[in-house]
Amino acid sequence: MKFLCIDCDAQMTFSERAIPGDGTFAASFSCPSCGRRVAMLANEMETQLVGALGVKIGGRTLEEQPMELVRTTLDGRADAFVDEALPRTSAPVRPQWSADALERLSRVPGFVRGMVKRIYTDYAVERGIAEISPDVMDRARTELGLEGM
Amino acid sequence: MSFRTYHQVTEPDRSRLGEQVGLQRARVTARLAGVKRTIAVMSGKGGVGKSYVTSSLALAAARSLAGGVGVVDADLKSPTVARLLDTRGPVRVSEDGVHPPVSPHGVRVMSTAFLLDDGAPLAWREHPGERFVWRGVLETGALREFLSDVVWGTLDLLLVDLPPGADKLSDLAELIPQLTGAIAVTIPSDESHASVQRSMQAARHQGVSLLGVIENMSGYECDGCAQTRPLFSGDAGAALAREFDVPLLARIPFRSASAAAPRARDDAIEGVVAALCPSDVVIA
Repeated sequence: MKFLCIDCDAQMTFSERAIPGDGTFAASFSCPSCGRRVAMLANEMETQLVGALGVKIGGRTLEEQPMELVRTTLDGRADAFVDEALPRTSAPVRPQWSADALERLSRVPGFVRGMVKRIYTDYAVERGIAEISPDVMDRARTELGLEGM
Repeated sequence: MSFRTYHQVTEPDRSRLGEQVGLQRARVTARLAGVKRTIAVMSGKGGVGKSYVTSSLALAAARSLAGGVGVVDADLKSPTVARLLDTRGPVRVSEDGVHPPVSPHGVRVMSTAFLLDDGAPLAWREHPGERFVWRGVLETGALREFLSDVVWGTLDLLLVDLPPGADKLSDLAELIPQLTGAIAVTIPSDESHASVQRSMQAARHQGVSLLGVIENMSGYECDGCAQTRPLFSGDAGAALAREFDVPLLARIPFRSASAAAPRARDDAIEGVVAALCPSDVVIA
């Protein structure tokens, strides 16, 4: 998928992706020549179809997790997977989520919410952060390149 | 047209959707690099005992092959292999991938049975509209991850228990270019013959090698007199083998004692494993 600025005859570059939380998807692209920006807006069905393929519009910013599609989309038992991928320490600290952070997480669509939560949790565990707040989420987003999460 | 089209715009595609799909397939190939044979067990007809045959083959292979045996339960909606092999979750996840639960007999198993609540149907946490558009894509994606993200390690034999019908074999053949082939399971009846014939034709059309036919429920083995009596009319196994010029690998009678679980030892099934893996059978 490419976006072309017809006036400049230049391929537009991916700028950011956004997941508004209503099942739809948005991504913006800008012209490197004239700076014009356009947004690609996908409805629920289109978003779902792309998600079902296990691919990311704009390219992947994070390495694909094991069985990511199944774990984020299958409506299965909560204890199906035992995650041993998190770093082990003698006394692992499980960060708490603040109410504000949980509210923000709730706006992430269900089919990626589990994966997003794990990314922020991994970030906090690796840095010994006891509580995940919106501020921590912003820092993680900047450091990990999680546009739109 | 006053502007360039996709291929005329030669700068790289930042989304690289095609490349992402290609990488998914490459992961399947890489993960199965240590698997000597991947064999699909298929049938055009439901209720012929395909999962029972798969489980019996897996148990026999676990006894006679030293290099390891695995089973992918590709019947996502109605998984039964895990129960037949007495295998339970949870599924462990590490940085290497998802580790398959192992049966008491040493068979590595991956199935939606480990992931779904008891008795719950296969369901996806997704937007409820237009499910018909994306449900099949998700199911194929799940099968792909069962192959690419499970730590199968090195195996002499990986069996894939397919749901009834021919479409999933087509998906499997595209996901696994090195697929060894497929075994067709039938019961003796004319109805099964017609149904399995269609799926075998579809397999051949897709370029999948047909390794043979197994006729299940070939009569009823009487517990009292040890004689085998007819259960269904027809001779579908031999007829299909003849029509497709493939071996009739085994005829398995119905035994009431083994209806709930595969038999501990079955000469016919042991013979199938020896025929499929002639160079690796090490235990008599």
